[in-house]
Amino acid sequence: MTLIYILGMLLVAAGAYVAGRQKSSSFAVAGGGLARLHSLPSYHGFYVALAAVAPMLVWLIFWLLTAHRVVDAQAIAALPANLAPTDGLTYGARLREINQAAAGVRLEELQPGIAAAGEALNTWRTIADWALLIVGAALALLGFAWASRQLSPEFRARNGVERWVKVLLVACACVAILTTVGIVFSVLFETLRFFSKVPWYEFLFGTQWSPQTAIRADQVGSSGAFGAVPLFAGTTLIMLIAMLVAGPVGLFSAIYMAEYASPRVRSIAKPVLEVLAGVPTVVFGFFAALTVAPFIRSTGEYFGFNVASESALAAGLVMGVMIIPFVSSLSDDVINAVPQSLRDGSYGMGATKSETIKRVVLPAALPGIVSAFMLAISRAVGETMIVVMAAGLAGNLTFNPLEAVTTVTVQIKTLLVGDQEFDSAKTLSAFALGFVLFFFTLALNFIALRIVQRYREQYD
Amino acid sequence: METTTAVAPKPVVAPPPVATQPDAAPKIIARDVNVHYGDKHALKNVTLDIPEKAVMAFIGPSGCGKSTFLRCINRMNDTVASAKVSGLIQIDDQDIYDPSLDVVQLRARVGMVFQKPNPFPKSIYENVAYGPRIHGLSRNKAELDQIVEDSLKKASLWNEVKDRLNDTGTGLSGGQQQRLCIARAIAVSPEIILMDEPCSALDPIATARVEELIEEIRRNYTIVIVTHSMQQAARVSQRVAFFHLGVLVETGRTEQIFQSPHDKRTQDYITGRFG
Repeated sequence: MTLIYILGMLLVAAGAYVAGRQKSSSFAVAGGGLARLHSLPSYHGFYVALAAVAPMLVWLIFWLLTAHRVVDAQAIAALPANLAPTDGLTYGARLREINQAAAGVRLEELQPGIAAAGEALNTWRTIADWALLIVGAALALLGFAWASRQLSPEFRARNGVERWVKVLLVACACVAILTTVGIVFSVLFETLRFFSKVPWYEFLFGTQWSPQTAIRADQVGSSGAFGAVPLFAGTTLIMLIAMLVAGPVGLFSAIYMAEYASPRVRSIAKPVLEVLAGVPTVVFGFFAALTVAPFIRSTGEYFGFNVASESALAAGLVMGVMIIPFVSSLSDDVINAVPQSLRDGSYGMGATKSETIKRVVLPAALPGIVSAFMLAISRAVGETMIVVMAAGLAGNLTFNPLEAVTTVTVQIKTLLVGDQEFDSAKTLSAFALGFVLFFFTLALNFIALRIVQRYREQYD
Repeated sequence: METTTAVAPKPVVAPPPVATQPDAAPKIIARDVNVHYGDKHALKNVTLDIPEKAVMAFIGPSGCGKSTFLRCINRMNDTVASAKVSGLIQIDDQDIYDPSLDVVQLRARVGMVFQKPNPFPKSIYENVAYGPRIHGLSRNKAELDQIVEDSLKKASLWNEVKDRLNDTGTGLSGGQQQRLCIARAIAVSPEIILMDEPCSALDPIATARVEELIEEIRRNYTIVIVTHSMQQAARVSQRVAFFHLGVLVETGRTEQIFQSPHDKRTQDYITGRFG
């Protein structure tokens, strides 16, 4: 039904457009040419079409949000008193039964009340569908009539369309913002539930991570310890190693591509480097676990170090390679955006190429380079697969890169995989970790923004 | 505005005192200079002497090669991949296209001011200190401060910016920015200053300030200026070279070029018949 409605909307839009255009063209014919009109006929058409479609769209959204609730409520109301649900759980169960009855599925012998309610459901569904169509058509007609009456040679349809465009853009921006807010709140509520089971100070400052809770009452040795400090430490360690690789390598290759490479080399090297960004992280994980980690282990043992077979170093190095393209590609773009006149000014003073880059180009490109780094760090912090495969699951509190560590994202993944009650502290702690991760990246972005504002060298 | 009266344009034919020592040894000599940009022959067989401690103006219609020739003098054309320069250019009898010559050293001797003011996005102080820093011209902070102050004074910008040396250079007005660029060029004590239409992005008042400045500093520097404005050429220069379609048509003392040009094309251009 919604599909038909949307098709109808398109038809209404096309029809209204043609009608508006026609009417406006008739002004032009009667009044001596297009020049007499304030707006071109096509703007009149757009204006009328928007006025007809916009209320239809609003009604559709409203209908989608409310109609099914009304229909369900009516179906439940049709149940006899002895079957009426008493709490949320039975409400859902009854609704499923009614839905099955309505769809004609006969798994078992139905209670007569349910069958009746199923019929009621079907009736109300039909009513709701017709309400959608009829009200929608009425709204479209009203909008069309309202806009159509306004049309005249002097009518400023062009400015009117401009306002509609603005509304559209604002609406799109709102979708993005509201989604983010929604995500934050959905995580926030679960986090609060977790903190009602485990005190927040224990979570934030505890140094023991052992998220085993008892599933059955008679299990032993699984009291659970939710001190997340080892996870934060592991995340920070791996992020630092990754940035030590990706920062210099990415930035320097960006400088090479932007300043030194000939256009031909650049046109080949840049896409090749960007291929790195397209490699699935699982493949990087193989590489880390099967090639890099054993190599580090054997090299370390040759020099007499005790290296774990899964080490933070292996995961960090490979992750660093993975995020090189994020640093290099963005930095390359911002370095290219620095005006040539600044370089000329510096060369004209007798500066060499590297002096010019160091003293003029990079400071001018700093804001963009910092945001490239921020993006890379966000990727490193959020990356899961490589760490799962190469760094392990052991929640060691250490800053020794040769030991196995674990990160926040890896633990979130581990906590949510497998059989668990959804309201156990173990599962809920995943949300708390996610929330902390979210705040960590937010804080990082905030700090970077401040740094950039403070030190930016703005060119016009 | 009041300021305009102070800097009223000088009469077109005022004979500048330092101007005319035609027999003094030239600072820059160019012989048969040709420049190609890819297939385009931008400059054809230019032979020209540029005298020391005077202002020489290059005039001519757009695309005539005057900027191209200017950029040959400090080898800024090196940064354009497709440009190919042939012929001989000497500064103080030294071939500047000699492979053994250090371009970086050359550009420290031959400063440049560009068409659009291009201060670095740094503080006013750092803009002027840029050259001395990279060339190691000062031993300590006090010396550097002195160089910055002197350069800004020579560029007659000191009084306007002395209280805000740490403000960013891009925050100045267009005319101040251009004088800052001149101060930046002066700070490395060059012998020659090349100016590529330095006033084309400025309003008349700012233009007058820059012209005054050129008049003041020409005693100490050899200045070559490209300009589209014939009035400006007449006001600031002692010698003029007229370019047309990549060819150097005529050169001579400013008053001679403007009063009795030998070539018909020069005559037509300065009387406004084309260009």
